Amino acid sequence: MSKTYVHAPGFVAGDRPKIVTSRFEFADSFTLERYLATDGYKGLRAALSRPANEIHEDVKSATVLGRGGAGFPAGTKWGLTPQQVWPRYLVVNGDESEPGTYKDRLLMERDPHQLIEGCLIACYAAGLSQCFLYIRGEMALAQERVATALNEAYAAGYVGKNILGSKFSVDIILHWGAGAYVVGEETALIESLEGNRGMPRLKPPFFPAANGLYGQPTIVNNVETLANLPWLLTHGVAAYTAIGTKTSPGTRMVAVSGHVKRPGVYEIINGTTTFRDLLYGEEFCGGIRNGNALKAFVPGGGSAPWFTPDQLDLPFEASQVGPAGSMLGSGAVMVMDETTDIPAAALTLTHFYAHESCGKCTPCREGGTWLERILRRVVNGEGTDADLQQLLEVGAMICPGAFPHAANEKLGLSAVPFPYKMTTICFVGPSAYAPVHSALTLFRSEFEARVKKRVTIPVTVVANETANVGASA
Amino acid sequence: MTIVDPIKETAPVDPNVVNITINDKPVVARKGELIIAAADRTEDFIPRFCYHPRMSPVGMCRQCLVEVETPRGPMMVVSCMTPVAEGQVVRTATEGVKKAQEGVLELLLANHPLDCPVCDKGGECPLQDQAFSHGPGESRFVEEKRHYEKPIAISDIVYLDRERCILCDRCTRFADEVAGDALITFTSRGNDTQVLTFPDEPFSSYFSGNTVQICPVGALTAKPYRFKARPWDLEQTESTCTSCSVGCRTVVQSSRDELVRYQGVDIDPVNWGWLCDRGRYNFESVNSPDRLTSPLIKNGSELVATSWSVALENAARMIRLALAQSTNNVAILGGARGTNEDAFAWAMLADKLGINQRDAQLGDGLSPEVFNLAQATIDETCAASTIILLAPDLKEELPVLYLRLRDTAQKRKSRIIEFSSRNSGLTPYAWRTVGFEPGNQAQIVREALATPEMKEQIARGEVAVVVGRANLAESEVFTLQALGEVLSAVPTAKVLPVLRRGNVRGAVVAGLTPKNNSGDAIDILNAAAAGKIECLILLGVDPMADVADSGLVQRALAQVKNVISVDTMINASNRNADLVLPAAAYGEKNGTTTNLEGRISNVAQKITPRGTSRPDWMIATELSIALGADIGVSSLEDLNEKLVNTVAAFAPSSDAKSTHGDGVLMARETPVTISGVASRVTDRNAYNYRLVVSRTMYDSAQSTISSPSLAGIITEAAIFVNPLDLARIGVTEGASVRVGVDGTNIVIAVKAHNGVNRGTAWLPFNHTGVDIRPLLNIASDVTDVRIEPIK
Repeated sequence: MSKTYVHAPGFVAGDRPKIVTSRFEFADSFTLERYLATDGYKGLRAALSRPANEIHEDVKSATVLGRGGAGFPAGTKWGLTPQQVWPRYLVVNGDESEPGTYKDRLLMERDPHQLIEGCLIACYAAGLSQCFLYIRGEMALAQERVATALNEAYAAGYVGKNILGSKFSVDIILHWGAGAYVVGEETALIESLEGNRGMPRLKPPFFPAANGLYGQPTIVNNVETLANLPWLLTHGVAAYTAIGTKTSPGTRMVAVSGHVKRPGVYEIINGTTTFRDLLYGEEFCGGIRNGNALKAFVPGGGSAPWFTPDQLDLPFEASQVGPAGSMLGSGAVMVMDETTDIPAAALTLTHFYAHESCGKCTPCREGGTWLERILRRVVNGEGTDADLQQLLEVGAMICPGAFPHAANEKLGLSAVPFPYKMTTICFVGPSAYAPVHSALTLFRSEFEARVKKRVTIPVTVVANETANVGASA
Repeated sequence: MTIVDPIKETAPVDPNVVNITINDKPVVARKGELIIAAADRTEDFIPRFCYHPRMSPVGMCRQCLVEVETPRGPMMVVSCMTPVAEGQVVRTATEGVKKAQEGVLELLLANHPLDCPVCDKGGECPLQDQAFSHGPGESRFVEEKRHYEKPIAISDIVYLDRERCILCDRCTRFADEVAGDALITFTSRGNDTQVLTFPDEPFSSYFSGNTVQICPVGALTAKPYRFKARPWDLEQTESTCTSCSVGCRTVVQSSRDELVRYQGVDIDPVNWGWLCDRGRYNFESVNSPDRLTSPLIKNGSELVATSWSVALENAARMIRLALAQSTNNVAILGGARGTNEDAFAWAMLADKLGINQRDAQLGDGLSPEVFNLAQATIDETCAASTIILLAPDLKEELPVLYLRLRDTAQKRKSRIIEFSSRNSGLTPYAWRTVGFEPGNQAQIVREALATPEMKEQIARGEVAVVVGRANLAESEVFTLQALGEVLSAVPTAKVLPVLRRGNVRGAVVAGLTPKNNSGDAIDILNAAAAGKIECLILLGVDPMADVADSGLVQRALAQVKNVISVDTMINASNRNADLVLPAAAYGEKNGTTTNLEGRISNVAQKITPRGTSRPDWMIATELSIALGADIGVSSLEDLNEKLVNTVAAFAPSSDAKSTHGDGVLMARETPVTISGVASRVTDRNAYNYRLVVSRTMYDSAQSTISSPSLAGIITEAAIFVNPLDLARIGVTEGASVRVGVDGTNIVIAVKAHNGVNRGTAWLPFNHTGVDIRPLLNIASDVTDVRIEPIK
């Protein structure tokens, strides 16, 4: 069997264990033929040969973490559905739209059968009667490849009635998104699938596991989470947990963008690989472009608070990144070197979230845009000192209380751990504030250099009021 | 010795009681109740915009944030979506809560235009009020605000100002959830989110006025009230709407002695705060310049103004003259538009004079014996597991009853089995709809209810039958037969009679119905047409417009020697009357009214009657004195006392207070069973179409055509047939056809309608343009017409 090396964005062949990207090096990785030649549908066969609850147990004991953002163990999630309520659904969240994240797109484009097999295993293990595969509207190639693969799989008897001659039957229904970021949130995705405007529902009472699509028990899983299942079932729990750490076993895909030499998607080892390994390791990004110094990086998608070089030695381990003041989120690392205009970078992200607000919660709808408008003024050099304070105050209306940020030795800051409090239903509102808060906390001097200095007109006022004037200047 | 508290010892623990504390004070809540609803029973007000107790919560505005203790410390939650839990500790006024609430209010006001001085809502605006009570006091928003074209008309009645809108989802939720007309929705997203209609589809809901009432800002305004008054100039009184017989509770508001607005009042047994647009806006007819201000008497061929003393003297003369020959020479038609007291005063006068021929119904109602069957209230109907509809299109005729039935069907509390000859507004929500051709409903009902599926459904629990006249072109016999079939299949079924005229039930029970089998409206009209009636008294009725058989009415009015009309305006029937007495209208008189379920509630006077017009009861009293047959009434209280003491059904309303608020139900008589009616089966000639004639919400009713905001909504008359029948007739949609029966022809536009069965044709009654009444003959059991293309 000849291995043809094909360039996949950022993909570098090597000896690292590969769970979900093992087929990426083949030019025809998306075909059923190639899939079957490389252990395809072996995991499904293995699963169907055993009772469903055993498979569920396997996934639980392997601690397959959700790869969508929250990092909730998939096996535990499946166990939350009430028993004996029919129908019950699997919804695959392929609406990957977090800024900087493009790992699920590659999984769908380059290995759609792996995802389909993962869906089937999940349906079998969790006793789900129907599967809805929701793919982001903008991902034309992914839609085409998954649709083609699904047709192949139906024709070959892997999907549909009495799969592989067993009593297990499941249908997979494809659905394209209509272009809203917030639909990546699971309850908004369910609303969208039902044909409504994609707006999040409040949990409680709408926990999808109990009250989801069409009011029925629904499991919403990320594409990468499900893509792990075929390998897990083929190679067993022991092989899976041998990779990574106890709390974060296996591998995870990380999408790196920004000022590194080789941006792209990498499959790294969960829990042990550090940010320094990723950004500077020769098998990964190979360092910052032009040998520049690193200024800051976003560790987990656009909505995560930022890190500075101080946090480079943190591993990809939620239990360490959280207390350090950010989150691993969707596995997108955005790198900013020393040439980066920090206020402008924050504006880019805030603009995105303000634009993508669904309009439901007042703080996000009004506050997000307000943040963007103040920030734009500051970036354009038309802001004032008061605007910087105003940014934090508007942010506090979305996220009351202390907002998480990283420690910084130079500034003498200690970390405020994740998560934050919020006045909105979902994370879009706080996400608009996260870049503003991080940038303003870690790089305040760059903002101060941008604002117009207030011309203080000397006034003679009552003595104790003078003190107040001085304090606000 | 231990003292045993007997109450504590014996009281069982109610599993539905949840004990919580709000601001350290204990509150008893019900299981599943929301925090905000529990807090509404305390002194601690939680500010809110999107929450409405009659709609499902959305948690959209985020104004009702409160703190709830959790094992991980206080957590901020929206109280409109968080249910109570045993031992829950809620705080509504901590520093954190205050800051969050102030923050949300500042954000809501950020893009709000603050045009309060020119806004109709200013003065009664929840946003204004709560900005004062829970807001930060000033804004830090210095940016340019959002701008939209303001206001835009989203229907014939409602205007939308998107700048004022705070996107609380109340109107859009109402339209979707309560009214079932999801014609307004959110468009765009983020900061550009706005409420809008779909392109080329106006918000033409029968219930659009409710969105104006529940809008927490001045974003939605209604044409009849725009810039008419300021809230602090309004005077108001609680009353009951008598536009139809549902009896919705309202608040009647006036300014400068002119009615300016009705608002719905939330009472549990009837309207839940909702009103239909016709009931809400037809107050304009009370203010109409066409109102009569003095009595009119015929002088030659003209009606000329006269004084009350001359008018009453002449009325007495006309009646006395007729009575001199026989008591059968006088007849009273109508009375359903007035109060119970009005009807009772006229009934007393009729009794005193020995007049038996009187009827508050106009031949399109039900025999009063239906009121003596086991009765269901609206609540009982909605609580029944099966609701059988033998009724007209409730969405058109009794709109708020439609909302109640739609609600119970939507929430899957009840299943509706509908029997109808054309699709109604409730058809989409009915569990089963069984179609029939007018005339064969009894057979269809019998067969349908005998199927195992229906039997199983009926056995599930209580059954309520909603019965009324669905078709003006068929005899009442068929409805009674069908009802008889239901009652013999389900003897325990309770009946909700749905007669549409405002106080028809009250008027009939108060005595405006013949005492023996002859003398109802059809008998009166037939007798008049035969020249047997000398003097006809029209009590607020326009039989020319309101009775299906206009030919009969025309002959009757031509034959009667003297017509005395008591009305608010000149209409087709009293244009040639000999005497017209101006009556006080709704909002101009006090009294009580009775709704379709027999609920007695008060109607209140808010403005002075126009000109010298008087309430009907006063006219009856004065006439009785002029006739030398004094009914002995000196005041409304006096009359009401006589009513509750004389008519047993009204006894529960003896305490005037009981008719306020929820009102009080009439005393129920011992239920009887319906008498058997001989079966009549009518075959249809295969070339013909069987007519279904029914009313729609906006027809040429007096109160609608004299309300400028509503008059424009009335559509042109047309005949509706099944799309497949269009080809059979050989025409295309919109073409004019000749519709004929027994040599009478009309020319009318034909339209396709999926809800009309093949072989039947639907004619909406009393629309503008072509008069369809010549086709109808009250003596026919059913009406079959020939529809032909015009060559």
